[in-house]
Amino acid sequence: MNWESWQTFWAMGGYGLYVWGSFGMTLLCVAAEIGLLRRHRLQVWRRLRRMKTWDAQ
Amino acid sequence: MNLYHYASPSTFYPWAGKLIPWFAALALILAAAGLYIGFFVAPTDFQQGEGYRIIFIHVPAAWMSMFIYVVMAFWSAIGLAFNTRQSFVMARALAPTGAMFTFVALWTGALWGKPMWGAWWVWDARLTSELILLFLYVGVMALQAAIDDPRRADRAGALLNLVGVINVPVIYFSVKWWNTLHQGASVSLTRAPSMAQTMLWGMLIMALAAWMYTIAVALARARTLTLERERQSEWVRARLEGQP
Amino acid sequence: MLRFLFTVVRRDVLLAARRRGDWLTAQFFFVIVVSMFPLGIGPEPGMLRTIGPGVVWVAALLASLLSLDRLFADDYRDGSLEQAMLSPCPMALLTLGKAIAHWVINGIPLLLIAPLLGIQFNLPAAALWILVLSLAIGTPILSLLGSIGAALTLGLRGGGALVTLLIMPLYVPALIFGAGAVEGVLSGSGSEAHLSLLGAFLVLSLLLAPWVSAMALKVSVE
Repeated sequence: MNWESWQTFWAMGGYGLYVWGSFGMTLLCVAAEIGLLRRHRLQVWRRLRRMKTWDAQ
Repeated sequence: MNLYHYASPSTFYPWAGKLIPWFAALALILAAAGLYIGFFVAPTDFQQGEGYRIIFIHVPAAWMSMFIYVVMAFWSAIGLAFNTRQSFVMARALAPTGAMFTFVALWTGALWGKPMWGAWWVWDARLTSELILLFLYVGVMALQAAIDDPRRADRAGALLNLVGVINVPVIYFSVKWWNTLHQGASVSLTRAPSMAQTMLWGMLIMALAAWMYTIAVALARARTLTLERERQSEWVRARLEGQP
Repeated sequence: MLRFLFTVVRRDVLLAARRRGDWLTAQFFFVIVVSMFPLGIGPEPGMLRTIGPGVVWVAALLASLLSLDRLFADDYRDGSLEQAMLSPCPMALLTLGKAIAHWVINGIPLLLIAPLLGIQFNLPAAALWILVLSLAIGTPILSLLGSIGAALTLGLRGGGALVTLLIMPLYVPALIFGAGAVEGVLSGSGSEAHLSLLGAFLVLSLLLAPWVSAMALKVSVE
């Protein structure tokens, strides 16, 4: 095991800012991509549904 | 023919829908394993301390950024050669993810550079080529966004993508040449020659996780694009009855 | 075949000669951009000599991009582009002719102006010669690759800015080898390697760019 406590884990031997900055930004990017994808999908779905009901009328 | 069967949107859509959860699950498991190895198994580097752990994000992201561009070019070439619509959809679906990985590679490169070289940005050959790769991704996406007609947008983007892929080795070579002339060997990314076996494994597993993630996300995006494009067809209308 | 190529080039050069205002704008753009740098950086001769080759080259890239969005647009608007595409001659010859004409109109004047700007930047005579030579090999690359961008963005809104975004990254090797050749003279390490690589890049673009921009034109016009 590399770490004696959570504190040393978060400190990363003094490189905490850099390591967590990297992993945090990656997580943020991935989350943003998935979120945008989901939102876009719902938007398209709703729009197509609306178009379909208009066509039916 | 069998291949053309899979190339039709009405087959692709449900088939992709079934595959996405599997790839997403694989990506999650592999990422968890890679992160565990990266943080808890891999030893501290004797030169770079704990700071080197950025490598578990940086290198896979850089690999994926280049790999995705080549895969995009592959789909573009197939689309132009065989006139298959779904290939263009795949190429388009990959572009934002590729740009995302390029950005992540640059960001983590900067955060690695600051403690190791004392500067957020150095004009290292790899960082510079990565930056130009980001410009190439942005160019393809901007071109496709500017064209309203999807048929023209697909083809124009595919051509630009192919020109880019021919140019990438030339750009990389020229940047490397430029870099060695200007900076000599004062700054180099070469790691300690004996990289611990566990570090390599962690990196490979993280790269696999990124790969699976890319497949899942690209398929999901391709599904939405397919829906939009095929909105007049019967199968889309039938689908709309269900849940998104 | 060759006559077709010659006709395309001649027609474009004649048209440009009739509209001297447009043509002069691009040349003055080049001069002004280059002259802005000493004002921004300071008149120290050693510093200017170091940045000179790069500044002249970057300004050449910008100047060639400035005139690119009109490369096919005028012909597209008046319908002559579609006429030319219907002719039995291969499309790649048309785009090659267009690129050559663009170089004659915009590239050659740059070669003549560049030494004067080099003097502004305190470059020695040997470096001036190499600057002109590198531009002579390099500016055709700019016209050839640029024709791809012009064909892809034909008729789009915001075409000019878009061309810059698409084509600038592809210009990187030309910029590196071109400016590097001049710096090679200044630093005493020689310029032959840079110039031969620039020449190789020119051959590559000469072989591929006309075909690609012909395909791009077909995509854009149909």
